[in-house]
Amino acid sequence: MPAARVATSVRPDPVRARERTLLLLATPALLVIGVLFVWPLLRLLSMSVADGTLVQFEKAALDVLYVTVLWESIEIGLIVTVICLLLAYPVAMWLVQTSRFGFILGMFFLLLPFWTSVLVRTYAWMVLLGRSGVINRALRDLGWIDAPLPLLHNRLGVLIGIVHVMLPYMVIPIYAALLRIDPDLRRAAEGLGAPAWRAFARITLPLSLPGVFAGCALVFVITLGFFITPALLGGGRVMMISMLIEQQVREFLDWNFAAALATVLLVVTLAVYAMLGRLTGGAGHAGR
Amino acid sequence: MDLTLRGVVRRFGTVTALAGIDLDVAEGELLTILGPSGSGKTTLLKIVAGFEFPDEGTVHLGNSDVTVAPPRSRDVGMVFQNYALFPHMTVAQNVAFPLEMRRLAKPERERRVAEALALVELAEYGHRLPRQLSGGQQQRVALARAIVFKPRLLLLDEPFGALDRKLREAMQLEVRRLQRRLKLTTLFITHDQEEALILSDRIAVMSAGRIEQIGLPDDVYARPGTRFVADFVGESNLLDGVARSGAEAEAAGFGTVTLIAPAGAPGARATLLVRPEALRIGAPAAGLANRTTGTIIETVFLGLSVKLRLRLGTGLELLARLPLRPSEPFPLAEGDDVPIGFAPEDVHVIADAGR
Repeated sequence: MPAARVATSVRPDPVRARERTLLLLATPALLVIGVLFVWPLLRLLSMSVADGTLVQFEKAALDVLYVTVLWESIEIGLIVTVICLLLAYPVAMWLVQTSRFGFILGMFFLLLPFWTSVLVRTYAWMVLLGRSGVINRALRDLGWIDAPLPLLHNRLGVLIGIVHVMLPYMVIPIYAALLRIDPDLRRAAEGLGAPAWRAFARITLPLSLPGVFAGCALVFVITLGFFITPALLGGGRVMMISMLIEQQVREFLDWNFAAALATVLLVVTLAVYAMLGRLTGGAGHAGR
Repeated sequence: MDLTLRGVVRRFGTVTALAGIDLDVAEGELLTILGPSGSGKTTLLKIVAGFEFPDEGTVHLGNSDVTVAPPRSRDVGMVFQNYALFPHMTVAQNVAFPLEMRRLAKPERERRVAEALALVELAEYGHRLPRQLSGGQQQRVALARAIVFKPRLLLLDEPFGALDRKLREAMQLEVRRLQRRLKLTTLFITHDQEEALILSDRIAVMSAGRIEQIGLPDDVYARPGTRFVADFVGESNLLDGVARSGAEAEAAGFGTVTLIAPAGAPGARATLLVRPEALRIGAPAAGLANRTTGTIIETVFLGLSVKLRLRLGTGLELLARLPLRPSEPFPLAEGDDVPIGFAPEDVHVIADAGR
């Protein structure tokens, strides 16, 4: 029936119209992203292969220094992720079952760091962790130690600083995942004979895995590109890849090599995302 | 007695959710806790399951005191309102869960799971995930999971609420057959009085944290002990009355009502219950001891029966329910003035216990 077909094609479709309006409203933001993000990123990629050679990547892959730094970045990323996970999971569980007042209090302290700059917080850690910092002085006054503990200008200091910044990024996705779990499931498990820890291992933990993976991906990837905290708390003894990139640009003006390192970082990041996406896809049983 | 509650009290701040509950459920009995929301029936269920603990009183299962025992050591199978199936486990894994927690050997576990699934007619569905099943099937899985470990007590928490009417009736009968066959001691929680009447060996009607009446379904329906029970279970005409000498009472808005026995000492207040199906309308009302006339102000067609709302000259409204036969047209219409009558033996007297 050609007549009917004509009629449907002419009739305005309100859903389509709404879609068009929303797209129009989103256009300024999309333009900003395009101009300020996608374009520079493409420039960066093209710089890393300037003159049509892969010589910059060759340099990055063959020089022990650069490989070591990349590896150290990944290592720090993994350690931070694991520590954050262990610290954040109980916090998220507490947030889910606490009273309204406890929840507000917990969220307040969790989000408090977002209201102060990373730089300020990092300097605060220097005051706390230094050789004659608050912690060492307190321990010495108590007579527990003779010489100050090396808390700053080493990997430990860097880890403490980064974990502090990254903790909320782990807590919030896990909290969101736990919140979606019907509390009757835990009751059912316990009623069917499960001790609390088995109910946790068999029910709560597997159902919260999507949140765990999301938190891990977020923390690992952001940590990988950390700059200020390792630069200040590491005291030059801890080198992460972003510091290396900055050094190449600022000291050696080697933009092409810096671009190659940045590309490596980007590829590692995307690889981690893809891997975790796979895992989450496989464990996507939380969606009901 | 399989489940015994003595003087169970539970308070939340200033609110008393349970104000002294005594309850005995015999072995193999299906006892229903019937009450409106806020009557305390859910709190009672949680206390029996072990998700909450009483402030006073004791809970016994068989001979063991489980008042403060954790849920896992109570050996109680529970079907939750929303089934609470583990979404990441297959049907078979769900049903195997309580056996696994009891460390049964794998072959025995598999045998019992197959047996339980066969019992609820889901033998072929073991490998599916709960979300791949319909509501009725999910409920049967929940039931299989609750009985597979041969619990001492089965708890059903409004399990039929989410099902459509036809499925609900089918499931009610299935649960009852299963419960009788396996002789499962069962505590069933519901706010649906019709469901309670269909399923129960005995019914305990709850209101405001107390058990108002406990008895056989037809007792609770035909001989309610309080005005609340009369009003909550089934539809009812409740007349405010005052006892007269002899087997008579004076009912407000109706006049003198003839009874089969005195309603109490002359002058005592009493509530007179007449069920809608006991009212006779039109010609059948002739010759009955209690008679009046009224106007039909509303008719509701219900299929097997028709419900009439009648208004007397005094302003009193009565409900009547008349059987319908498909072959005969219903002779009455809204606006008709009709004779109304009921027999003395259809009046149930509830003495006002001063409240």
